[in-house]
Amino acid sequence: MSSLTLIIILLAFTAFAFHLGKRRSLGVATRAGGVRKLHSLPSYYGTLTALWCGVPALIVLGLWLSFETTIITWLVVAELPPELRGLPEEELGLLLNDIKNLVSGNVVASEVDATMERAAEHYRKLQGISSAALAVVAISLATAGVGNGWRMIRPGLRARNHVERAVMAFLIISSLVAIFTTIGIVLSVLFEAIRFFGHVPFTAFMFGLEWSPQTAIREDQVGSSGAFGAVPLFAGTLLISAIAMTIAAPIGLFAAVYLAEYADARVRAVAKPLLEILAGIPTVVYGFFAALTVAPVIRNAGESMGLSVSSESALAAGFVMGLMLIPFISSLSDDVINAVPQSLREGSYGLGATKSETIRQVILPAALPGIVGGLLLAISRAIGETMIVVMAAGLTARLTANPLDAVSTVTVQIVTLLVGDQEFDSPKTLAAFALGLMLFVVTLFLNVIALHVVRKYREQYD
Amino acid sequence: MSADAGPGAVPAAERAAMESFVPSPATVKPAGAPPRSQDIATETAGDITVDNPRMCARGVDVFYAEKQAIVDVSLDIGQNEVLAMIGPSGCGKSTFLRCLNRMNDIIDVCRVTGRIELDGEDIYDRNVDVVQLRARVGMVFQKPNPFPKSIYDNVAYGPRIHGLASGRAELDDIVQSSLERAGLWSEVKDRLGESGTSLSGGQQQRLCIARAIAVSPEVILMDEPCSALDPIATARIEELIDELRRNYTIAIVTHSMQQAARVSQRTAYFHLGKLIEVGETNQIFTNPRHNLTEDYITGRFG
Repeated sequence: MSSLTLIIILLAFTAFAFHLGKRRSLGVATRAGGVRKLHSLPSYYGTLTALWCGVPALIVLGLWLSFETTIITWLVVAELPPELRGLPEEELGLLLNDIKNLVSGNVVASEVDATMERAAEHYRKLQGISSAALAVVAISLATAGVGNGWRMIRPGLRARNHVERAVMAFLIISSLVAIFTTIGIVLSVLFEAIRFFGHVPFTAFMFGLEWSPQTAIREDQVGSSGAFGAVPLFAGTLLISAIAMTIAAPIGLFAAVYLAEYADARVRAVAKPLLEILAGIPTVVYGFFAALTVAPVIRNAGESMGLSVSSESALAAGFVMGLMLIPFISSLSDDVINAVPQSLREGSYGLGATKSETIRQVILPAALPGIVGGLLLAISRAIGETMIVVMAAGLTARLTANPLDAVSTVTVQIVTLLVGDQEFDSPKTLAAFALGLMLFVVTLFLNVIALHVVRKYREQYD
Repeated sequence: MSADAGPGAVPAAERAAMESFVPSPATVKPAGAPPRSQDIATETAGDITVDNPRMCARGVDVFYAEKQAIVDVSLDIGQNEVLAMIGPSGCGKSTFLRCLNRMNDIIDVCRVTGRIELDGEDIYDRNVDVVQLRARVGMVFQKPNPFPKSIYDNVAYGPRIHGLASGRAELDDIVQSSLERAGLWSEVKDRLGESGTSLSGGQQQRLCIARAIAVSPEVILMDEPCSALDPIATARIEELIDELRRNYTIAIVTHSMQQAARVSQRTAYFHLGKLIEVGETNQIFTNPRHNLTEDYITGRFG
């Protein structure tokens, strides 16, 4: 029986258990003198029975499936002839892969001999036993759960409390998934970064002024010194983000003020969705726009003024990234401005303030924490943005403050480092993880500040 | 309208102009005429006029989109008097109050017709700048709404936007005297830099009153200023209103009839958007002319 069939059967069983529990509780209630005698509503008894039926069986199913392969493999290895068992770990791994391919009928890399045939047969047999056993165990657990429910349901059973505790456990598990995923990502990046710092000193990475990650494959190769100074990358990231924010912050904010305070309902109904469409454009499309439309315009404009502009420039990438961030900032600020209580506006108008005085002196200061939070979130997006920069700012890691030069950013370098064909433990590939770690630390820091600012300076309006 | 020339008397020319529309048959019926049966409630019982009016409303109708919130209200507010407006919820008393400094302009669907004068000038005239009008007719709201600024800046807000002070020293004086008149100075003089929102509810409301009087208005409108306050804070505000009467004209909307009786000289009773009765506070509460007023103040209704 395949595990998908088993899951469907278990779910059907659970649904059946719900009805059974509900019916049982109604029956019990009639004997005890009406539904009012029950501690909880009948549907809670149904849910509780369904939980007893489904949860243990599904947990066993999950555990079984996650350890099945490991255990079967271990058993197959134990049955192999001793000369094969004695192989080094990697070769044994290759052999096991072949056996598994044989089992599933895929193309096998090496010649198939009798030993492998036997091992594959053994593997198949174990798999059959395992899935049959799983089906038996899971279905009997489910049945036992239903039986338990049938037996336990009494008017005094506090089904609602049990169900609500189960719901809470489910909610806790859901939040733990998110937290553990974050921790897992951080750890995986952290360990690779530590390996990188084994090759390259931390200070050379943090303060080095030259980035050229080409390492020599052969001894006599030229120009592959392998310099891992990340300062040019951070400078490039900072430059592009600064350009983006110079464009996005004022325009986004002004757009938000217009939408929230001046625009009448009809304009708002059209303009807000339009702005939000801008937020829905994939960044790769912004990348086309930057590389094919904005960059040439900037280059031509620069040349007509006698400036030398490279065809891929920080200005082009930053400008388009700024456009991308406008809806982000305007939408967040619009919400914050709308959240300023109407009573403050009336208080200001009541003193004879004009609309613009009210906005400048009352509404914006009151909305400031939220706006600052929105800006910081926008900055972390700008720092993490990759696609536009890859397409429009080039790959040259150059330490420059000139927005007309090509620069490169941390995220772009991560991409180029990992799409190469170097082996995975070379400093070149590991550098990507160190950069990723830095990026993570910086954006985390910004987000923490943003949350802190928003929380600390939020006025207590009721 | 009697012709005695009290300190707040209106110049003769204006008075003549006013008289030319005051006794319009739609608003004030000649005494002794039989009441029209279909709209008996539009007939306001009592005298809507005063000897020395500061603001005069005549035939005011207010619509929110299609719904009429106020029907043909005519009412004077006299110099240095406190006029209380009472009535059940939704009777239009707050709406009428907000017409007096055109706060209803903020609401898109709101339309006001009729004539409202401040010192003889139509405040809905095309030439009137609403910003200047609101500087002359200040407002205190139901819920204390201090700006998220320091106490000092809250009070200095109005003088700053209207350019009332020529220097820091003068502004300091305005802030101090406004806080003193609002009875808040002694409590906050050592912490003027703290946020206005850090004060207690009653202090916040007194701060809002200080903020309103800092621009030296002629009329102060109060929209249930004590409804969010405890009895002690309410008592302080009521004392304050009584003191402010010497310098300002005050119109106050209140849900508390005791409060109306304590602070006001004249009381107006609103019902379903109509002004039912207006008169000396004493007379309204002891000897109401209209049976709706009587029902309301005796607690049989509302």
